[in-house]
Amino acid sequence: MAVLQIREALRAALDEEMERDVRVFLMGEEVGHYDGAYKVSQGLLEKYGEMRVVDTPICEAGFAGVGIGAAMAGLRPVVEFMTFNFSLVAFDQLINNAAKLHHLSNGQFTLPIVFRGPNGAAHMLSSTHSQAFDAMLSHVPGLKVVSIATPYDAKGLLKSAIRDPNPVIFFESEVMYSVKGEVPDEPYLIPLGQADVKRPGGDVTVVTWGQGLPIALRAAELCQADGIDCEVVDVRTLRPMDLDTIYASVRKTHRAVVVAHEWPTCGVSAQLAARIQADLLDELDAPVLRETYEDVNMPYAENLERLVIPSAERVRDAILRVAYHRI
Amino acid sequence: MSDPEGARPHAPPIPRTKEELLRLYREMLRIRRFEELAARAYTQGKISGFLHLYIGQEAIAVATKEVMRPGDRVVTTYRDHGFALALGSDPKACMAELFGKKTGLVGGKGGSMHFFDRSVGLWGGYAIVGGHVPVAAGHAFASKYLGDGAVTFCFMGEGALPIGATHEGFLLAGLWKLPVVYVIENNQYAMGTPLSRTSPVDDLTVRGPVYRFVTDRLVVRDVFEVREHLARAARRAREQQQPCLLELVTYRFRGHSMSDPAKYRTKDEVARWKAQDPLHRHEEELRTTFGVSEEALEALDDEVVEEMQAAVDFADASPPPDPEERFEHLYVEDPSAHPDLGPPPGDDIPAVTVRSFDPKGA
Ligand SMILES: Cc1ncc(C[n+]2csc(CCOP(=O)(O)OP(=O)(O)O)c2C)c(N)n1
Ligand SMILES: [Mg+2]
Repeated sequence: MAVLQIREALRAALDEEMERDVRVFLMGEEVGHYDGAYKVSQGLLEKYGEMRVVDTPICEAGFAGVGIGAAMAGLRPVVEFMTFNFSLVAFDQLINNAAKLHHLSNGQFTLPIVFRGPNGAAHMLSSTHSQAFDAMLSHVPGLKVVSIATPYDAKGLLKSAIRDPNPVIFFESEVMYSVKGEVPDEPYLIPLGQADVKRPGGDVTVVTWGQGLPIALRAAELCQADGIDCEVVDVRTLRPMDLDTIYASVRKTHRAVVVAHEWPTCGVSAQLAARIQADLLDELDAPVLRETYEDVNMPYAENLERLVIPSAERVRDAILRVAYHRI
Repeated sequence: MSDPEGARPHAPPIPRTKEELLRLYREMLRIRRFEELAARAYTQGKISGFLHLYIGQEAIAVATKEVMRPGDRVVTTYRDHGFALALGSDPKACMAELFGKKTGLVGGKGGSMHFFDRSVGLWGGYAIVGGHVPVAAGHAFASKYLGDGAVTFCFMGEGALPIGATHEGFLLAGLWKLPVVYVIENNQYAMGTPLSRTSPVDDLTVRGPVYRFVTDRLVVRDVFEVREHLARAARRAREQQQPCLLELVTYRFRGHSMSDPAKYRTKDEVARWKAQDPLHRHEEELRTTFGVSEEALEALDDEVVEEMQAAVDFADASPPPDPEERFEHLYVEDPSAHPDLGPPPGDDIPAVTVRSFDPKGA
């Protein structure tokens, strides 16, 4: 079994799917000659040529729209946003076109397309370059939304996203491309819409995804010292969400904390907390707590940024609170 | 406001036969009568939402159908009934869509602004101004990628020129030499705003060369003329992968939508344009040049009205969508039901589906 970085796992997924299916092509800024802003697509231009690894000018609405039009006409585009912050100028394409055209055409057209790229805060990039679109895009019927946190998931889920017949938003993270992990040599797929227990435990359920995962896992380690055994559930697909796996964990622990790299107001974490509390009220021994960004625009200064982003310590405190543990 | 005489001078009339003129006149009349009946149904409360009529611009859709080959696509705006009818959609399904019925063109999901009929090459009525321009470039990209020889015709109002998506679509079409024909249907108003208040220049084709488009401009008076200009553009797109920008100066005789009394235009101006209504010009031509009798013209009109009244009756009698249909087509549930979603050629070794990964290999 190979140990790959997330960027390499993503590249392997792209490579395998492009090899398997000539309809699959990659499009975005700097994906070809520059080898990708984060080197995800390194070497693919050389292997597949300019018709299938398409460098675009800086025009997100334009190339997102081209991807949508190409998908309707039978191709399977993978559109890379250098980061999802820049997808804001293509939101009309994502929301009015990608999410709606299958429905509006009463099923006449299909939109097998992936929009992928980094989402959420990186490090000291300030507010325009540190935004989390989890809630904004998960809000929209017609889209599927995936968020990956390990090389294994990155490869298996990207391959499934490319094969999915629907438009899929695929969130990565600038600061996690170098995260390493084991990836099997044999081809495999991970189905969309399935959460994964990343750490088994019996006392408190910590629900998270994307950049939240390493924080949740660190917090679980910290809590071990307090004698609290956390189960960490990685949601992996935000829409459709695998509530069954999350609920099975909460039924066991009776306590839950949601950890998310996103704003708190109307967040995916808010949706999760509401669902758990509405559906499992009788199971819960404590209210569901959330640890997210603070509700501010992301500042540049290192100390301020560190305060805004949830830390393992903050998450540990929340876990202790739902466990009614004296802090 | 640009003067109807202001565009390039007219070439000598294009030769035509009586049969051909009758055929195209009839197609234009079908659109006009369909929309007149739709307008009436709207005032009777049988149609709701926004209803944008194409009356006055019919020659453009009819000419487009003339130059299309199998596999070609039309992408247009919310002012889309004319294209559906010209391309061959069933008027019954079109009217039923306006009525919000189960039997509608898109099952009552889209209404007037969102007609899609893939079977005739109508790839969509789009209701966000300019948003379809890059999508059309994407269709043309797929044509180039697959080498299918198809041309995509993308129509927009002159009101789509200010918005960014239009220019991003143009840029990529020009940069990648995509087989697409962009047509500006310049009916001189975007809702109540005349072009002079949104464009620093009258001639909108000046925007073409910066994207390496071939450009062309014409006042719409004669369906044969429009056909010739469209055919030339389509040939360039198909044979030379040369995108074109064609500005067709035209006029809508009704308000922007049914709720607009169009008070921003003078009676004189409307009368001046109505005097050159292509439909009436061609009717007159049939009468005078080709000696078609009044009775024959009336009989033709009666036939068309009958066809469109049958569409209204069909729409009226159709059931509304079933309640469960609101959950339909949000996502593709069964890919095998869609011709575009088949497995790639030679794919016989599917990847293993796994749920989660245990690095310790337990
Ligand atoms: C992006 C966007 N902004 C505003 C509107 C509302 N709107 C609908 S049609 C229209 C005028 C468009 O005029 P034009 O492009 O000339 O087309 P026409 O209606 O004349 O055919 C406006 C402002 C819209 N649909 N999309
Ligand atoms: Mg207009």
